[in-house]
Amino acid sequence: MTVARKTFDAVIIGAGGAGMRAALQLANSGLKVALLSKVFPTRSHTVSAQGGITSALGNADEDDWRWHMYDTVKGADYIGDQDCIEYLCKEGPQAVYELEHMGLPFSRMDNGKIYQRPFGGQSKNFGGEQAARTCAAADRTGHALLHTLYQQNIKAKTHIFSEWFALDLVRDESGRVLGTTAFCIETGEVVFFQARVCILATGGAGRIYQSTTNAHINTGDGFGMAVRAGIPLQDMEMWQFHPTGIAGAGTLVTEGCRGEGGYLINKDGERFMERYAPHVKDLASRDVVSRSIALELRAGKGFDPKGVDHVKLKLDHLGADLIKSRLPGIRELSKTFAGVDPIVDAIPVVPTCHYSMGGIPTNIHAQVVTHYKGKDHVVDGLYAVGECACVSVHGANRLGGNSLLDLVVFGRAAGIHIEQMWKVNELPELSDVSDEAIDASLARYTRWEKSTTTGESPAIIRDAMQRVMQEDFGVFRTGEVMDQGILRLQALRERLNAASLRDKSKIFNTERVAALELDNLMATACATAQSALARTESRGAHSREDYPERDDTNWIKHTLYFEEDNRIDYRPVNQSPKYVEPFEPKKRVY
Amino acid sequence: MTDSRIINLSIYRYNPETDTKPYMKPYELSVSTANDPMLLTLLERLKAEQDPTLSFRRSCREGVCGSDGMNINGANGLACITPLSTLKSKTIVVRPLTGFAVMRDLIVDMSTFFKQYERIKPYLQNDTAPPEQERLQSPKDRAKLDGLYECIMCGCCTSSCPSFWWNPDKFVGPAGLLQARRFLADSRDTATEKRLEEMQDPFSVFRCRSIMNCASVCPKGLNPTHAISEIRQQMLDDET
Repeated sequence: MTVARKTFDAVIIGAGGAGMRAALQLANSGLKVALLSKVFPTRSHTVSAQGGITSALGNADEDDWRWHMYDTVKGADYIGDQDCIEYLCKEGPQAVYELEHMGLPFSRMDNGKIYQRPFGGQSKNFGGEQAARTCAAADRTGHALLHTLYQQNIKAKTHIFSEWFALDLVRDESGRVLGTTAFCIETGEVVFFQARVCILATGGAGRIYQSTTNAHINTGDGFGMAVRAGIPLQDMEMWQFHPTGIAGAGTLVTEGCRGEGGYLINKDGERFMERYAPHVKDLASRDVVSRSIALELRAGKGFDPKGVDHVKLKLDHLGADLIKSRLPGIRELSKTFAGVDPIVDAIPVVPTCHYSMGGIPTNIHAQVVTHYKGKDHVVDGLYAVGECACVSVHGANRLGGNSLLDLVVFGRAAGIHIEQMWKVNELPELSDVSDEAIDASLARYTRWEKSTTTGESPAIIRDAMQRVMQEDFGVFRTGEVMDQGILRLQALRERLNAASLRDKSKIFNTERVAALELDNLMATACATAQSALARTESRGAHSREDYPERDDTNWIKHTLYFEEDNRIDYRPVNQSPKYVEPFEPKKRVY
Repeated sequence: MTDSRIINLSIYRYNPETDTKPYMKPYELSVSTANDPMLLTLLERLKAEQDPTLSFRRSCREGVCGSDGMNINGANGLACITPLSTLKSKTIVVRPLTGFAVMRDLIVDMSTFFKQYERIKPYLQNDTAPPEQERLQSPKDRAKLDGLYECIMCGCCTSSCPSFWWNPDKFVGPAGLLQARRFLADSRDTATEKRLEEMQDPFSVFRCRSIMNCASVCPKGLNPTHAISEIRQQMLDDET
């Protein structure tokens, strides 16, 4: 298949917060940047982030980035890389001020500074009293952030390829990444985007689960592209279940609700988090709160044991004024999806798949790394930022508000690193690319194109996969159940190989997009399953009933999953921050 | 087994590769009486269960990304936050947003819409060097952005505006003007005069006839007509 070529200095795949922050850095420095996105940029999932962006500005109270770092290391249950967490927390304030200068409409304190609210897992003075560290634009911070970054990219004249779907990376024999193939959803045209560097910023993959807060578009496209290029995925067993998704609908209710003083109740009206986390109660880490809810439901303390069983989030005691000014979006969502006005009634909620802590392993500059013979090796020409990357700043459990921070700090870091390489002429020049290399990256496009029209529909396989993940790889896991789950996934993968694309048309063929997305979802699900089975301990979001304890002797390490032969390997956790003493693992108490 | 009822839909279909002209296609779907699904869920089910070629945009499914604006029983709205119970007609009629060229089925070409958005320079302009920390803004000044910054660019308003139908190249349209007002209202923006000057012609702002279709369809409850009248007021104040 001969395809057209377009050439750029940098190609960024994904136009959420991370991709757009990276694009902005590069476009402003004069590089020729292409920003590819399968949806119009402001439709990216960053838009759904609600509560805020965490950073130690110290506006609400005394604060220190080292305290933020301590909380993040602890929240990550000690498998976050401490050099990167240090960078995240230290650079955070600057990255947030930059957003403010760009025009992000943050809520304000009386003195005119950016408003900050308490979130889960935040403490002062290394585990002391509750901190208020999450900067917010009401409860629409993601929307405000994403639109601001899009507006800045308009100003910077970034080349945006809106509604283009990336297929696969193109690599040479040495493994260097030379660009990506993609097709225009509107016309069906297939193009090879050749670039001196590529940045994956494709976001999460919550759609591997049946019940998720994630948008339909969160299909792990970067995860699929990475594993097919022989690049490992790291810590894929670590999926965050957010304590408060609206029961049935799955839509997110921000942790900011509890930060503002809301709390969870069971069917007896009991504030049960007092039993599980006596110190910080409802503001314990998300993994802790989600497990507590699951245990309440298991004990028959839910409101609807026969239907979508759930607990409730009580906000009415906060008063109408606070809810209207600080949580207006939540009120709207709750009315729409639960038929409940939180000013009057409690919102039915249940733990819901929310975020992938795992992803494509990178170093502190956001360069993608692979690992062999006990050492990290940079994959030339490839960066990864945002949820698709595993830097790892979130380890086994992400703290609320650290995701938006991760997007802008590491989107910016990737941009800065590429910019510096460019200035000292170390950015590789565009080289010849063989037709074979391009053809290889079109393999699955061609497979779907040539599929018969009589096979199974991808939609059926997707539903079945989501059910397996929900049943066998949920909040609580056991080896026996996961073994079964892996067999079920293998069977589905075989069915996927024989499935049919029934619509072969070129113009806005959304069935083609969904089929290609399903390849990526399936790759993500398999990576999750194998990694979850391999980790025989309980840590952070990964909770094994057959291995209920954290095992620091054997498991302070990252899991690496290679698609070839479903191989699992391990990579050390960085415990060498630059400016502070490392934080040693302690028992996590909230 | 719970009880179910049959829902009738009539959906606008057009595939430029195979159809010489658009047509309305009838569908039937069985829906449990215990549930009140959103229209988007019904469309997703139709696509998965009956017709993989049915095409529409969607992403967040919770009314914040703005992908699934469409014309539902004659009024623009987002399919993902339109519950079945609010659609009282015997047959639910779903068409693409009006005023834009149809690419396929419920998917329209929004390039004129985005062009008008870009035209108003939708980014903060401030000619002073940024301070080391944040620029200060009082809660009162920040409150002036409420009702403006929340726009999700779904196009429901602009698509329902006859002034935009007539002059999509010259009239900025409700969404673009709402955004213009968002920056005019921002105490941190110093380009007010220039912004007003650039819209100072018979079309950009003044084609608005205040018929308020925009405000009545906005799925976020925003009021572009009000924003436009504020821009006009600012223009008058500017002149005097």
